[in-house]
Amino acid sequence: MSHALSGTLIDRARAEAPDPDGFGRVAVSESEWIALARSCAEGEHDLTALWIDRVRARMALTSRDRAEKVIASIDCGDGRYPSVGLYHAPAIRLERAMRDLYGVEPEGLPDERGWLDHGVWPESYGRGGAPRHEPYRFLAAEGQGLHQIPVGPIHAGIIEPGHFRFTANGETVVRLEERLGYAHKGIESLFTGKTIEDAAKLAARVSGDSTVAYSFAFARAVEAAAGIQVPRRAVYLRGIMAEVERIAHHINDVGAICNDASAVAVHAHCTLLREKILQFCGRCFGHRLMMDRIIPGGIAADLGGGGVTELRRLLDECERDFEDAVRAYDGMPSIQDRTVNTGRLSPALASNFGAGGFVGRASGRNFDCRRDAAYPPYGGLSFAVPLRREGDVNARTWIRIEEVGQSIGLIRSLLELLEPGPLRSELPIASACEGAALVEAFRGDVFVSLRLSSDGNVAHCHIRDASCFQWPLLEAAIEGNIVADFPLCNKSFNCSYSGHDM
Amino acid sequence: MRSLLLQALLRGRAVLQRPEDDPVMLDEAAQALAVSGRRRLGRSLAIREIDSGSCNGCELEINALNNPVYDIERFGLKFVASPRHADILLVTGPVTWNMLEAVKRAYNATPEPKWVIAAGDCAINCGVFAGSAACVGPVSSVIPVDLHVPGCPPEPIRILQALLALVDGPEVACPK
Repeated sequence: MSHALSGTLIDRARAEAPDPDGFGRVAVSESEWIALARSCAEGEHDLTALWIDRVRARMALTSRDRAEKVIASIDCGDGRYPSVGLYHAPAIRLERAMRDLYGVEPEGLPDERGWLDHGVWPESYGRGGAPRHEPYRFLAAEGQGLHQIPVGPIHAGIIEPGHFRFTANGETVVRLEERLGYAHKGIESLFTGKTIEDAAKLAARVSGDSTVAYSFAFARAVEAAAGIQVPRRAVYLRGIMAEVERIAHHINDVGAICNDASAVAVHAHCTLLREKILQFCGRCFGHRLMMDRIIPGGIAADLGGGGVTELRRLLDECERDFEDAVRAYDGMPSIQDRTVNTGRLSPALASNFGAGGFVGRASGRNFDCRRDAAYPPYGGLSFAVPLRREGDVNARTWIRIEEVGQSIGLIRSLLELLEPGPLRSELPIASACEGAALVEAFRGDVFVSLRLSSDGNVAHCHIRDASCFQWPLLEAAIEGNIVADFPLCNKSFNCSYSGHDM
Repeated sequence: MRSLLLQALLRGRAVLQRPEDDPVMLDEAAQALAVSGRRRLGRSLAIREIDSGSCNGCELEINALNNPVYDIERFGLKFVASPRHADILLVTGPVTWNMLEAVKRAYNATPEPKWVIAAGDCAINCGVFAGSAACVGPVSSVIPVDLHVPGCPPEPIRILQALLALVDGPEVACPK
């Protein structure tokens, strides 16, 4: 029943609104909305995002065969709409977050607690009301000999803030519950009213480690909304920057995983390699993290002839030197001891949550936006999407190792295609318009849905980090592991706090 | 591992020379550090990093200080796990309402004498997050700040210059 219904909806979306960004847009009734929620739970669709845009609750869905993408909207002007999380667990935290921000009640949502709202916001922000300062009710875990270990929000290392509440039996983790939201900066409300230029800067800082991917996604959403083409040279250079960002993080994190397994020299080797990449970016793109280099309409930094030569040399060096690190990882049984079979994520859960990036691909979820929601420049390029099913720390590490090789290949192909030409197109915004984009960041798919008003400024922008569907899975992956293996599990997921908290 | 060691011999050192002193940092550090404070630090600084709500860009560059190129431990600078072990709090990000209590507690847990460095534009003036009702404000609106390192994010070399100004800069800038 629900299958047929959601199938019809998708047909309707396709017929009514064949938007250039590939998303069909359709207004639905309550029963249709619930049918879509059920279809996600039954595995017919992946839930891509869920958000509130003024008086509408909206849900982006991707069909399991990746062929169809739909944004369904339901009126919530009376302050309520039927909960999706009631049927499909991955929506629960998204709905808790939206309830905190806009005071709209997802009816039936099986969790009453705040998520981003910790009870300390001023009355002027969020759903209003005076600060409550009440303690958070962590989920219970009862039994003989259980004890709790609270960690954070400030962690021991140089990392972002978040709280982990472990319940352990001796060393064995019985339950991990995350409490996030500490890095919540109100990004969504900051977007509203901003010029495209300023909004692009904000988008670039949703999660600094994926700044290129976020700028890419935001730019693509603007371009989809305004219906503009980006010059070819800009398209290729965007691809190059995105892959350089991916390589830098993959190399760094493979090293960091070795570090957590006490192979400190491998870590040092990888951090040095990453530093060389960042220094190259600083010299040739003008910013070590390539922040604000991708802009709506094109790019803001060109790669000169010297830069091309330097990048080719850097790729050779990365290939050669990373190979050494990989040999060390593969050749040290003491590392394997820590990573094989540790932090297993089942393919069923990865699929249910629509886990993006290496987290999903290490647990059999064969999805990569670059291939499955292909956007320029990836459409015509050949590259493999590594896939494993074991779902442990080791599998996630190997996916990342293999992706480095693929990204190096992609950059080499893009460098071949590079020819002189303009770097950006004009952005004529004449009327209110809307666009969405999916872009593959190093940790998974980033989704942006953007509405522009007729003055060309942002009316509403929703951004969803890959971490939103990965964080809950970390709780599942750690269960039954020892507390000491948490850093390895956590690093092998490497979710973004800022990207999640918005 | 053997090949790594051999390469290390063949390729030489990656480590960067000590950066030049930054006059602005020296001035700020001189004001922050009374002579007595400098004596007590004794050319060694224990640093506790606090992310008060950053986008994590600053964390990437602060982490880079530990790589073999910057290798900050050679200057007597060390990141520590607890504010109770720290001389310096290196704070990034606009302070979010949700982090306010944690930042205050970390500051209060740090023994005197202590200094606070606001690292990055957000820590100094909230950067692109200025005006958000979800943020309290810059770090200085919550705890006293002694040194400012601008940048989005500041490059590792700039953060290193600030730390060096605190370690032994005042010797030059603030003669007895």
